[in-house]
Amino acid sequence: MDMKANKKKLGLKEKYAHMTRGLDWETTYQPKEKVFPQATFEGIKVHDWDKWEDPFRLTMDAYWKYQAEKERKLYAVLDAFAQNNGHLGLTDARYLSAVKLFLTGISPLEYVAHRGFAAAGRNFPGVGPRVACLMQSIDEVRHAQTQIHALSNYNKFYEGFHAGATHQIERVWYLSVPKSFFDDAFSAGPFEWMIAIGFSFEYVLTNLLFVPFMSGAAYNGDMATVTFGFSAQSDEARHMTLGLECIKFMLEQDPDNLPIVQKWIDKWAWRGIRVLSLVATMMDYMLPKRVMSWKEAWEIYFEQNGGALFNDLAKYGIKVPECITQCTVDKEHISHQIWLTLCTHGHAMALHTWLPNADEMDWLSAKYPNTFDKYYRPRFEKLQELADKGERFYANTLPMLCQVCQIPMLFTEPDDPTKICYRESEYQGEKYHTCSDGCKHIFDDEPEKYIQAWLPVHQVYMGNCWPEGTDPTVEGFNPLAKYLEWCHIEDGKDNCDYEGSSDQANFAAWRGVATQNV
Amino acid sequence: MQIDLRTVAIKPLRNTFDHLVERFGDKPASRYQEGSYNIQQESIFHYRPAWDADNVLFDKKRTKIQMKDWYALKDPRQYYYGSYTITRARQQDAAESSFEMIEDRGLAELVPADLKQMALDVLVPMRHVEWGGNMGNSYITAYGYGTVITQPCLYHAMDHLGVAQYLTRIGLVLDGPEALDTAKEAWMSGAMWQPMRRHVENLLVLQDWFEIFVAQNLVLEGLLNPMLYDYLDAEFSAKGATAISMMTRFMAEWSAETAKWVDAQIKVAAAESAENKAQLSAWVTQYRAETLDALAPIAKRSFGDKADELLADLTSEFNARCAKLGLAV
Repeated sequence: MDMKANKKKLGLKEKYAHMTRGLDWETTYQPKEKVFPQATFEGIKVHDWDKWEDPFRLTMDAYWKYQAEKERKLYAVLDAFAQNNGHLGLTDARYLSAVKLFLTGISPLEYVAHRGFAAAGRNFPGVGPRVACLMQSIDEVRHAQTQIHALSNYNKFYEGFHAGATHQIERVWYLSVPKSFFDDAFSAGPFEWMIAIGFSFEYVLTNLLFVPFMSGAAYNGDMATVTFGFSAQSDEARHMTLGLECIKFMLEQDPDNLPIVQKWIDKWAWRGIRVLSLVATMMDYMLPKRVMSWKEAWEIYFEQNGGALFNDLAKYGIKVPECITQCTVDKEHISHQIWLTLCTHGHAMALHTWLPNADEMDWLSAKYPNTFDKYYRPRFEKLQELADKGERFYANTLPMLCQVCQIPMLFTEPDDPTKICYRESEYQGEKYHTCSDGCKHIFDDEPEKYIQAWLPVHQVYMGNCWPEGTDPTVEGFNPLAKYLEWCHIEDGKDNCDYEGSSDQANFAAWRGVATQNV
Repeated sequence: MQIDLRTVAIKPLRNTFDHLVERFGDKPASRYQEGSYNIQQESIFHYRPAWDADNVLFDKKRTKIQMKDWYALKDPRQYYYGSYTITRARQQDAAESSFEMIEDRGLAELVPADLKQMALDVLVPMRHVEWGGNMGNSYITAYGYGTVITQPCLYHAMDHLGVAQYLTRIGLVLDGPEALDTAKEAWMSGAMWQPMRRHVENLLVLQDWFEIFVAQNLVLEGLLNPMLYDYLDAEFSAKGATAISMMTRFMAEWSAETAKWVDAQIKVAAAESAENKAQLSAWVTQYRAETLDALAPIAKRSFGDKADELLADLTSEFNARCAKLGLAV
């Protein structure tokens, strides 16, 4: 019977090809340019989409099955965590500042990644990358939601979470750093998106973002965060292979793609590294029990692992981004410089800050022998001295922001850590300031894009960041108070020092109830 | 009998996030609410998109439909990622055991030849129609407004991919890889499929995301799915092709479930304003005619002489559905 011939089992690759590649067709009733209008405007040339190697081969039935299994486990743990007051197992409630930064600064990005990958999953003319991007899109909405669900339990007991995952990222000054990164990528075309998010963020930098947060959570008894972290691990592994496949595909398709891809790699490496300086600060200052220093993490995850990656890409002609040279200097400084700025603007923060205690400063001295005692310890000691006298110092103005990365202009010259680094560009008769050669370079390449940046500090000073109906002419008008209200930052509860906060008092009291017979 | 374990009770400071308290009152929120409401950014964006410089990244102006509150378009199934994947995993489990049974026992070989040919001619090329549905819904996810509608559209897009893959498997089970090539050829150049392919391609170039929602999810699926998974399926079952019915069980359940979700969107959007109602009705009228033209030769192949009558029945059921949703069609 001829049926027998059909009984031979198809190989996985062959079967997957039927399940995906075979679905697509060359349209004839509508021109290709109208069906895929974003395919060419960035200048990337693709001659044969069939050369795309599927980075992973998941059909939908398998996807549903595996992912549902992970979801069941994840939510069982989250339920148990909530039921058993898991939050009391934290090393210290000040650790939650790191989690607040995650919920307000990272979770909304997962959401934007979901939308951006949906766009990529619609816009590439090749069916292989489209399916892979859609799988990433749905994974990313998973990550946004599991993070919100995991952290929602902290919101019930602690300050600083109540605004939720998204309200503050549009408003709070330091959150425009991660926000503008994703806005930048999504407002570019689909190929640049893949280099920015798929490759730079998910592949090159994810170990420096995801691993420090999740390890920090594990070290500090945060089972909720660890659980979604572990649960997301296999998704992240898929995303990494997609990012890598994408860059290789672009480079293999046409030699003219190399300079465009190189430019994007340079840009997004630097943009990403600037965002990571917030992670650096988290690692060195916000974890009661530290995992490793930022400098160590940088050396392991970037200098060693990243180095191997760039060696791999060298055969395509890709060079290590020039800005990396500056990073070997910066790794000794950035976390200290940022924490000093955050501490002196603690009244305008959506989380608690604190001055490092003596033990912590000794740890920092040991981890940063070249810089901490020389440049930063004296400043923390001075701040402590003022605080001890009841004169805790808070800056009364907001800091000027870099036009590109939107971090306050607080970083120093590569060759002089006592001098703030300012770079200036002129465009259409206006002056724009950037924090570094890396950011200036990015600005100068696309000034028409970066002049559009919505810099929160500028906007505050222009009076655009108050609740509707605010009258700034009334007597005793307090612009900072109105700004905080607009951001949903509760003055006196969410902000300022951890020492003396209600989070500190509640944590101590609840732990007492849970562990003593009172 | 009930036993009560004692636990240390700590009174929470608050029930949920500010925006949910504002919307639903001060009470604990569901996971659907926490994971869906207000998680899309709204008003402040840094750069104009290179691909759409007239709008911001998430922009209410990308459709003619207007809502005071886009979060009124909630999903009656309350799907967030977890509940969605768990539901589909259960359904795929059932589908998988059907396919396994059919393959293990060689049930495909018992399907009468004419019905097998019918499935190969009608169901297998539909995988391309499903792929078009995936593209339309991905577009809505990317460019729509408000997570309560963009989120289920991604689930719907993935479902379309899943359905396309089940239809592919039907081809593989009934005949093998050649069935897919034959179906592709029919799709590309067979006379029966050209009106449908033209229609699907026309939907791929629409720009208004809500128009895609109407044309694809309400009209095309509203006419096509009942034709395939109610009427044609009844033919298969009645004439001894139970194996085919088993292989389309997922689609039958899925299309009934998703139709309820689609209805909820249209009903709320139509009730919002006279303008919305008029626009939605106009779209339905336009795409109903185009869809019926595209379906005609396929119905002819499936139902022969009874095709016209069947399409008339389908249309009147569809019209009744639209009337219930508040549309004038």
